[in-house]
Amino acid sequence: MPFLQQSTELLGSALAVSAILFSLGVAGVLLRRNAIVVFMCIELMLNAVNLTFIALAQQLGRDGHVFVLFVMAVAAAEAAVGLAIILAVYRHKQTVNLDKVNLLSG
Amino acid sequence: MPTSVGWVWLVVVLPFVGFLANGLISFLWPNSKRAVSAIGVGVLVAAFAVAVAVVLGLRGDAHGAPYVLTYWSWMPAAELEIAAALQVDQLSAVMLMVVTGVGALIHVFSVGYMRDDPGYPRYFAYLNLFVFFMLVLILGASFPVMFVGWEGVGLCSYLLIGFWYLDKANADAGKKAFIMNRIGDFGFLIAMFLIFQVTGSLTFVEVFEAAPEAFTINGGTITLITLALLLGCTGKSAQIPLHTWLPDAMAGPTPVSALIHAATMVTAGVYLVARANVLFAMAPISSVVVATVGAMTALFAATIALQQWDIKKVLAYSTVSQLGYMFLGVGVGAYAGGIFHLTTHAFFKALLFLGSGSVIFALHHAYHESGSHEDAQDMRNMGGLKRYMPWTATVMWIATLAIAGIPGFSGFFSKDGILAATFARGHDHPVFYFLWVLGAAAALLTAFYMTRLMLYTFHGPNRTGKNEQEHLHEAPWIMTGPLVVLALGSIFAGVLNLPHVLPGGGWLEHLLEPVTELSHRYLPEAHLSATTEWVLIGIATLIAAAGIMTAVIALKPESLKPAREAPEESGFQKILLRKWYVDEIYDALVVRPTVWISRKVLWRFFDAGVIDGALVNGSAWTARAVGFVGSAVQTGRLAWYLFVFVIGTLVLLRAVM
Repeated sequence: MPFLQQSTELLGSALAVSAILFSLGVAGVLLRRNAIVVFMCIELMLNAVNLTFIALAQQLGRDGHVFVLFVMAVAAAEAAVGLAIILAVYRHKQTVNLDKVNLLSG
Repeated sequence: MPTSVGWVWLVVVLPFVGFLANGLISFLWPNSKRAVSAIGVGVLVAAFAVAVAVVLGLRGDAHGAPYVLTYWSWMPAAELEIAAALQVDQLSAVMLMVVTGVGALIHVFSVGYMRDDPGYPRYFAYLNLFVFFMLVLILGASFPVMFVGWEGVGLCSYLLIGFWYLDKANADAGKKAFIMNRIGDFGFLIAMFLIFQVTGSLTFVEVFEAAPEAFTINGGTITLITLALLLGCTGKSAQIPLHTWLPDAMAGPTPVSALIHAATMVTAGVYLVARANVLFAMAPISSVVVATVGAMTALFAATIALQQWDIKKVLAYSTVSQLGYMFLGVGVGAYAGGIFHLTTHAFFKALLFLGSGSVIFALHHAYHESGSHEDAQDMRNMGGLKRYMPWTATVMWIATLAIAGIPGFSGFFSKDGILAATFARGHDHPVFYFLWVLGAAAALLTAFYMTRLMLYTFHGPNRTGKNEQEHLHEAPWIMTGPLVVLALGSIFAGVLNLPHVLPGGGWLEHLLEPVTELSHRYLPEAHLSATTEWVLIGIATLIAAAGIMTAVIALKPESLKPAREAPEESGFQKILLRKWYVDEIYDALVVRPTVWISRKVLWRFFDAGVIDGALVNGSAWTARAVGFVGSAVQTGRLAWYLFVFVIGTLVLLRAVM
């Protein structure tokens, strides 16, 4: 597979970008209170993982591409369900601030 | 082996079948008394008939080895091999005759005595079960099989003492008997363990054959074993210090007292010593202890019997006293003498108890008719009954003469045999002369208290009450019939073992020779000259006559008052009436400390404090404290959870990579 050799120099950069994106996503999930933003940060993490898959697929074969397609499909489903939940929470609480959504807290 | 000896299992199984049938009837058709009588008495009579066949078969070769009939392997465990086996030899044959013969008569008597009792089927079920266990006890071919019978008769004794369990006193008496026996059983068990440890077997034949090599004469082990066995015997046979349960056991129906607490079960201790005669002969110290316990019990119980008013209590203490004689006999090495007294005692004491049962039956009936609640067992409420109950009075006089030791009656020969054997051992050690004096003194008291019982019950004016007198009458023939048979036994059973100076003397001794011969080599030859024997016979006769005459002269049945008008006893009389306060002493020394420790230490401190407090509540408190800390982590804030989750993931990743 000749194309594999071409892009090895890009691998390190791609993984670095992926790591930065993932860390941003984690930080956003941990620090932000707005449910929509937290949700978007989760998407960010998913896409960071996608980037890792794509980058490594250059070297290790096409399995990574398949995984990426799966992740995108799951992310789409998640977006549908997740946004619906956020909408329902907003209707119930008149807010999407996660600190106010604390029914589990004893 | 003679064919009929092989039928011995049938003797054991028949009463058990009776128990099952009567037990079933007591649940399904509690009112069908006719069937119960037929089964209950029928199995006993059948068992007696088979037993006679077995004994006759055995007589054919009296000097053959004991026949051991093995049925199945009961407890095979490594070296321990216990078979469910029965042993038929001369000793168990004698016991077999006593148990099934006297047992059958008492069953017949019970048909009359218990006829109006609502628990009639239950009574016969228990009584049949008792006979079954008693037969296992005397026929068992090893210590454990014997122990099954030993415990079984204890159970039946408990059930029958507390037969009228609605009265708390009766239930308590049953418990007392059971617990006292438990103390003795502990000794029996220890003895069995030791015997197995030393000889590696528990079968009678093997143990007794191995004994001469396995034990050293007068050694520590054999002494310990025999003393432990003696503890078992004192419990079962109501000897000092475990004698207090037997008088209380009179709470049961009177035929039960006759069968279990006079003729059969309580003699199991004597049987055990006679059975293990080799072991006891090899432990002279234990034998002296056996004899001393027996002689002391004989005298001690006789003193208490002097001052009891309850007719059954007199007979109960008399039984304890007579059992003491048997222990004296087997203690001095007169094993046949002990068994002989056991046999004659079974006749005359069963007769006395059944006779007293007949009296109580009459009085109870009379008081029931008049609606009075007087005590039907108190001799102060009797008097002059010979006019109303001539048969009972006659047979009871026969039994009294027998137990008092009037020459010609059976009791004279058996008692004299034991006293003579004790006296003969005096050459070895003077302590036996002392024991002989104790025995002779007890014989004097026996003659006195039995005459007192007869005078107060059957002679003088009647004190039952004017309204009741017309209802007093003789018991039905089904009750007097067995009395007459027992009376014949009380007169003639003496011929089994006449003194050596008479022709045909010592028949039972010769019969039991195969059982006792192993012990002969350890026992010193104790022979009395004919003159000494005649002198002893003369002394025994004088003692008996003196006891009876003193009672006749000193006691005035005319001046006795009925129980409700009688004055309080005082002084020594009161001490005797209260049985030397032994029960009170045991209560203070054993019962109260036990209750105190149970209440204060075991309950308040250990149960409430340690178990409930430290363990139960403590573990709950610990769980709660841990939960309190744990719940602080559960804030309910998602961000916090996620943070912990991410940190956890990082830690895991660090650990893996």
